[in-house]
Amino acid sequence: MTHTTPHPSQSSAPIQLEITGLTKQFGGLRAVSNFNLTLREKELVGLIGPNGAGKTTIFNMITGIYVPTTGSLKFRGLDITGLPPHEITQLGIARTFQNVRLFPNLTVLDNVRIAYHAHAGYGLMDAILRTPHFERKERELTERTQDFLAVFNLQDRQGEIAKNLPYGEQRRLEIARALAAEPKLLLLDEPAAGMNPKESVVLMDLIHFIRERFNLTILLIEHQMRVVMGICEWITVLDFGEIIARGTPNEIQSDPRVVEAYLGRGAAALAQKLSEKRSHVA
Amino acid sequence: MKLRMHRSTLGFLAGAVLVYAFVQILISTGALNDFWNTIIRLGGALAIVSLGLNLIYGFNGQFSLGQWGFYAIGAYAAADVTYRWQQLHSASGLVVLLMVVLLVGASFAAINRALSRIRGIDTLSAFALYLVGTVAAGFVAVAIGQVLIEPVTSILSALPPDLALQIVFVIAILLAGAIAAEVSYLFGLPVLALGSDYFGIATLGFTIIVKVLLDNSDTLLGFVEMKGARGMVGIPKVTTWFWVAFFLLIAIIVTRNLLHSSQGRAIVSVREDEIAAKAMGIDVARQKTLAFVLGSLFAGVAGALYAHINGFLHPNTFNFIRSFDPMIIVVFGGLGSVTGTIFGAFAFMLVLEGILRLILPEGFETWRYVIYPLFLLVMMLLRPSGLFGTYELPFLKQILPRLRGESNTTESPAAAVAGAEAEGASR
Repeated sequence: MTHTTPHPSQSSAPIQLEITGLTKQFGGLRAVSNFNLTLREKELVGLIGPNGAGKTTIFNMITGIYVPTTGSLKFRGLDITGLPPHEITQLGIARTFQNVRLFPNLTVLDNVRIAYHAHAGYGLMDAILRTPHFERKERELTERTQDFLAVFNLQDRQGEIAKNLPYGEQRRLEIARALAAEPKLLLLDEPAAGMNPKESVVLMDLIHFIRERFNLTILLIEHQMRVVMGICEWITVLDFGEIIARGTPNEIQSDPRVVEAYLGRGAAALAQKLSEKRSHVA
Repeated sequence: MKLRMHRSTLGFLAGAVLVYAFVQILISTGALNDFWNTIIRLGGALAIVSLGLNLIYGFNGQFSLGQWGFYAIGAYAAADVTYRWQQLHSASGLVVLLMVVLLVGASFAAINRALSRIRGIDTLSAFALYLVGTVAAGFVAVAIGQVLIEPVTSILSALPPDLALQIVFVIAILLAGAIAAEVSYLFGLPVLALGSDYFGIATLGFTIIVKVLLDNSDTLLGFVEMKGARGMVGIPKVTTWFWVAFFLLIAIIVTRNLLHSSQGRAIVSVREDEIAAKAMGIDVARQKTLAFVLGSLFAGVAGALYAHINGFLHPNTFNFIRSFDPMIIVVFGGLGSVTGTIFGAFAFMLVLEGILRLILPEGFETWRYVIYPLFLLVMMLLRPSGLFGTYELPFLKQILPRLRGESNTTESPAAAVAGAEAEGASR
């Protein structure tokens, strides 16, 4: 039944990412089962589901860290199934991690400069011999990085060691670093984890801002319903590796299967009863 | 072209020349006798291996005990070249080794190019291909080399003998580095894919294999002049303080220039977080190979210098126990500090083989192996990050670029985020 649900997107923008029949089997455990998703340009789609539903596994397959057992991934018309992670990133997919994964002992500047490595434009010999070409390209790269840090209001922190930053700034730096890889598709894995409601609001504004400025398509995993319901245009709900619902935030909130997945069968029945009673009273 | 140099660069070069000249004067005037002269040169060779290891372990995070094996390869390869020239008056070693280095390098490049077009070939098949390529290139190289020995020997013989020996020696050092680098590329292919601890054990195995092969170099490998476990004698003693200082300076500059480039940052990112590096578009396997090969090249060059200090080589020098020496130096000096590594190498040699040998009473020399571990123990307890930590001399330190001007703050997007922040905070 779930597979017949049409994708809710009505837009005709070009397709960025097309996932068909994606399955990942770890021994006897089927972490993700027949997952389908189509992302169109500039869409902001949420992926939610209880713990262990397989959301991060999907991210790991899209970015090439895991090779899918079956199924295919197409990014802008190109088959990327089974490509090594660095090639996928260079094609234009970048991500952040559930637990912030910066380069902890490097400066803020170097964290971002590393993401530019593929676009550095000089070779090993240029670097060792310090050719004029190296000097010019390195200066360009550094200036670009500094401009970029300014976008995220981190320019005064360039010399700071990444692990010494406060948590919120580490999150911001991680997003900045991902964007420095010049992606067209950004995958955010629980960006609001560990944030208080105020910080989450800032984050939501930041996500909106980068989507407009960098013309991004964004796929987002999130547990804070406030964030998901607040910014996503479409939401896909996973449970035990399978899609159980998709739709707009409003549709998802009232979907009994989603309530059941999150709260259990009894709670779902209760919610159903309550809403019936409420409509009865009205 | 106008040559612009940073102040710290000039300062460093001036300092390097001064240190070189100071030691050279002490040697020339006889203030440093042969004993100390030898120890200083040994320290220099050790500094070069340790710099290579620091690149692999300190900056790329791969725990390698194989550098001593590459040091041995470099030592014996270079020694064979100069021995044949000096004792047998033949350039056979030089020509054949040169051909092997060139052709094996070319075959690696060709195979690498061919493999890059195929998606998803597994490591062991690739390794088998490289191995076949190496053997084939080796045979062809020896065949071509046979033809070239005569003319090259006659050309070199026409030169004054001292000059010819120096030329052969310098080429031998470069070839020793190249052959060690090529062997490390081949060996690293299957082994670098292992995790760090397993990689450490595998490289330790490599050092042991090299030592056993050298024990049987006259029978198993067929190099009669290496004399197997009896030790190789008759190598010309041509490693002067000048050559040690020269190659050490080059090693320092190469390391520094590499580390302060995008390539170097990519190498360090692998140490910091492999998965994050991959997600940032860094080809982790390539960075590991690069660091390993470059580190082994340093080891090969250092080995070549070592071989020509005493004019005597014995397989026991390359016992795996000694492979911990560079490891100790790198950790003692401070992981990831170039300054610390160089200081550590000289301190290790001067204290262990020099000062302790002199101050301990007759018959108690071996007690230095009790004193120095005790010292290490105390040191690690008091300063676990190493003597220098991550301190670097100004020349070796990365210069933080100046902040970009605040000229366009009015419509800077920074204002947008800052604004959003303020707005969020007030909500």
